[in-house]
Amino acid sequence: MSEAAPLLEIRNLAVARGGSPVLRIPSFVLHRNETVALIGPNGTGKSSFLMALAGLLPLESGEIFFRQQAIVPGFASTEYRRKIAMAFQEPLLFDTTVFDNVAVGLKLRHLGSREINDRVKCCLDRFRIAHLADRSARKLSGGEAQRTSLARAFATCPEIILLDEPFVALDPPARQALSDDLERVLRESGTTAILTTHDQMDALRLADRMVVMQQGKIVQSGTPSSVHTRPANEFVATFVGMENIFTGTVTGADNGLFSVSVAGRTMAIMGDGVPHETVVICIRPEHVAISLTNPDATTSTRNIFPCTVSKIIQLGLYTKVYLDCGFPLVVSITNQSLENLELLTGSRVFASFKATSVHVFRKG
Amino acid sequence: MELFIEGISKAWSLIVSLDAEVLAVTLLSLKISCSATFASLLIGIPVGVFLALADFPGRRLVISMVNTGMGLPPVVVGLFVTLFLWRNGPLGFLEILYTPSAMVLAQAVIATPIVTGITVASIQNLPANLKLQIQALGATRVQTVCILVREARLPLLAAVMAGFGGVISEVGASIMVGGNIKGQTRVLTTATVMETGKGNFDVAIALSLILLVLAFSVNYLLTVIQQRERPR
Repeated sequence: MSEAAPLLEIRNLAVARGGSPVLRIPSFVLHRNETVALIGPNGTGKSSFLMALAGLLPLESGEIFFRQQAIVPGFASTEYRRKIAMAFQEPLLFDTTVFDNVAVGLKLRHLGSREINDRVKCCLDRFRIAHLADRSARKLSGGEAQRTSLARAFATCPEIILLDEPFVALDPPARQALSDDLERVLRESGTTAILTTHDQMDALRLADRMVVMQQGKIVQSGTPSSVHTRPANEFVATFVGMENIFTGTVTGADNGLFSVSVAGRTMAIMGDGVPHETVVICIRPEHVAISLTNPDATTSTRNIFPCTVSKIIQLGLYTKVYLDCGFPLVVSITNQSLENLELLTGSRVFASFKATSVHVFRKG
Repeated sequence: MELFIEGISKAWSLIVSLDAEVLAVTLLSLKISCSATFASLLIGIPVGVFLALADFPGRRLVISMVNTGMGLPPVVVGLFVTLFLWRNGPLGFLEILYTPSAMVLAQAVIATPIVTGITVASIQNLPANLKLQIQALGATRVQTVCILVREARLPLLAAVMAGFGGVISEVGASIMVGGNIKGQTRVLTTATVMETGKGNFDVAIALSLILLVLAFSVNYLLTVIQQRERPR
């Protein structure tokens, strides 16, 4: 990612739809070749944000700059709109063949039939739907329709591609396959992309940068792993799967470590704390280890709590173990570990996590 | 019952012998109603598309008026078109009252709200984000409208059918502005009314049958096109 002039820049953007404000974004910058994932729950303004970036929504205030040129949303911005492409959440295919659907953007640009033919075929191949070229778009499965929609957006070779929930309506195998193909196409084409998703796994997998939205605002922007492990607030923490979120009071600080009292138990945390301050601490379920004996002597782990297993839920690939340590703690372990530990509801175990595994933010 | 059977048999002989007068009346009916439907499409589709897509104050009111117009009583249309075309009326200078042109005008007035109303509904029934998706692929305003109309082509065929069905079968306006003049403005519906009045049931039945077959044929043709295009 270069620090050179951004490809797209937003200043003080405000958008309202149907009379109510949906977006308020003071600043946002998109660099060339970046893949950004916009994540957030449904109805938080992700789609509106993409539509606004695509020049499709009137702005209440603020400006969008493409290569330092301000753009005017609507039909006036045809030149800009032809440099980007957007695929909506529903495939919104036209009532014609798959081939003609993918060719639409090229025909709108009045390209020659030979070039259209070549580019459409290339895109159909990339998304593995060449065999469907002559099929009516009405007779496609959900995954095929989504692939056609993506191929149609990529066919115009846009400088920026905006993808709204590209995998949302697909069953798990179709989702996985499309996610693999999209990742490959994005890598091969080097297209700058923004995709929205409410699934953080898609974001972790495809994006260089993750932007979390809440009620029309950007609440955090950073690398997927930083958002994942160091959420900016409680909302982001919950959204990225930090199931262990506690409020506690700082009881002491010393030499890069501080202690926080949570429900009468003391946790050691890496960082700087101000005594008597109320803080929110988060621990990812996969960062907690369970053992049958006290690991004190064998590890450098500073936080060890004796607990009782209160519930075990098997989730296919892994298992969630709910512990009562005087405070509730959720732990993700592999099915293999579950078997090895022979855990049952009521089992007495030790939960441990490192001082560096705890993320803290100030309450407020 | 005897009257009915006798009427049908005479009607059949009139049809198979290609009676010159019956043929002329049939052709004139087709010519007038097709012209009127065509005119209503030329006006109704663009206006309908505009009403469906544009955003202006009073839009709902206009759409409600169009929807009301879909059920305009032909005699009311006939009365107003007559008043407009009357020698002293605002369009009296055209001197087309009691000519086929006046009948085309009256029938177009009847069909236009039908075509407009169905066009508005057809375009509005397209997926809400389709217009934005078309823009997002780089379309200009004109290109966007063209694609939307193309996407609504199947329901728009219903507009053609409803428009044509409305005018080929109406009698009130045709008789008022055309006058049912033999050899000039006599069409299937007006001739049927007159022959029934005169007690010539055989001719009336023949004309009615032809009218039914005509209406059926045109609708059948359009339905075949619609169903062939329809996804299965």
